[in-house]
Amino acid sequence: MRRRPRVASRIFLALIYLFLYAPIFIMIVFSFNASKSRSVWSGFTLDWYTELFSDSMIISSLTTTIGVSVIAAIVATIAGTFAAIGFFNMRKRWRSPLLAINNIPVMNADIVTGVSLCLLFVSLGSVLKYQLGFGTLLIAHITFNIPYVILSVLPKLRQMDRNLVDAAMDLGCTWFQAFYKVIIPEIMPGIINGMMIAFTMSIDDFVISYFTAGSKVQTLSMTIYAMTRMRISPKINAVSTLLFLFILLLLIIINVRQIRQEEREKKLRTLKSK
Amino acid sequence: MKLKYLSAPYIVWMALFVVAPVIIVVVYAFTSAAGEFTFDNFAKMGGYVSVFSRSFLLAIISTAICIIIGYPVAYILSKERARQQRILIMLIMLPMWMNFLLRTYAWMSILENTGLLNRLLTLLGLPAVNIINTPTAIVIGMVYNFLPFMILPIYSVIVKIDRSLIEAAQDLGANAVTVFRRVIFPLSLPGVFSGITMVFVPAVSTFVISQLLGGGANMLLGDLIEMQFLGAAYNPHLGSAIALVMMVIVMICMWLMNKFGAGGEEAVML
Repeated sequence: MRRRPRVASRIFLALIYLFLYAPIFIMIVFSFNASKSRSVWSGFTLDWYTELFSDSMIISSLTTTIGVSVIAAIVATIAGTFAAIGFFNMRKRWRSPLLAINNIPVMNADIVTGVSLCLLFVSLGSVLKYQLGFGTLLIAHITFNIPYVILSVLPKLRQMDRNLVDAAMDLGCTWFQAFYKVIIPEIMPGIINGMMIAFTMSIDDFVISYFTAGSKVQTLSMTIYAMTRMRISPKINAVSTLLFLFILLLLIIINVRQIRQEEREKKLRTLKSK
Repeated sequence: MKLKYLSAPYIVWMALFVVAPVIIVVVYAFTSAAGEFTFDNFAKMGGYVSVFSRSFLLAIISTAICIIIGYPVAYILSKERARQQRILIMLIMLPMWMNFLLRTYAWMSILENTGLLNRLLTLLGLPAVNIINTPTAIVIGMVYNFLPFMILPIYSVIVKIDRSLIEAAQDLGANAVTVFRRVIFPLSLPGVFSGITMVFVPAVSTFVISQLLGGGANMLLGDLIEMQFLGAAYNPHLGSAIALVMMVIVMICMWLMNKFGAGGEEAVML
């Protein structure tokens, strides 16, 4: 028999969730606060939201963030999927060291990845006459996204029945047909998952962008950082409320997808056993 | 099979943007501004012993607090019903996906001297506390930001423990405490180790938390590196040397994790 948690542990859990959510809740409440104070409530307003959308700095950094996240996620998903399939079909002697290198950006502290790319871009830039900007920001994001795509595609490849590819090729498929008619559909859930992770990583990143974007381009995180340093308006709360709702929506979509997929698999299994 | 060649473009990419930057950091760390080989940058670090020790101390304290809070949370969660578990785990992950600058900023408005915490304390007739711009504020910020990274890997290891092992122990007469001490805890250690890595590495390298919650007075390693690259004390050679030290720390953590066989990264990703 599995024992259900007791009252004490329920209270403990409730306190932890309070700890995790109180700051977020406070941020959301104060995004509707009429005065600039961060701790005194002085009436309801939507002013900060309207001001937000007329703030050209916030809008331009939002465009940069979405632009870089979407492009980086798409490029990383394609490159990462190809790379994962390639790694999977290598001998272990080659695969292990390559996967270890692949893990470097995942394991390293963000600040180390950031400054090392910064040094590379600056030293290459002085040769190629190129300055830090959107291009370097994009390269940095692609670089830290690909490992996550690979890490989420590889398990799906391991789950795949290897005979499927051989069967397809025996039946006359070229290796390219086997690739896009057999392998890709089989690992699709891993690819989608990897893309979602890459996208959220890009949206959320501050440290690596901070070191690789230069002074001309700003992501939303960088603008928020500049705003926190100046200790200014509740616009920042309004930004965070909108981001929170957006991420909540994204997570719900991911989870609903997952539940549906599990149910489909369960049905398949019961059908097979009949 | 030609499929293995599909990874060729990424191998070139990795050589350029993963391996080359690491090599450049190493070269910078061992050279002077004039381009000569030197150990000077490492010698200079001697002047920042207080920054190193503060960084390590605060990161270790935060990691310890995360284990003390996170382990019971993971354990309790693993005993919930399957459907509730999914929702509760999602609720642990949700704040992680909110911009971490904003989460830290929220703590600023709670902890500052005229902030919400002190208003609440005054309301209850208690004396106000001064937390903002102290190491305590930094630790609170670290624990808040990194606690999910401790809970999730421990949780994912505990739920995978074979239930028949626990039943076997119970059949052989072990009580609840013994089952936990001799079966569940030892088997959950890989999760604890990946949790430690995933909390300690970002905690020891942060520069945002210390700048927002610690004021200027509590400089950490991250601040020191940032200053050498983008700040007033521009010296990428010293910055690279400190970054190199940090890489070595990460490598030690990785080695420890491999040794105790944990799959931490997959645990954090949905």
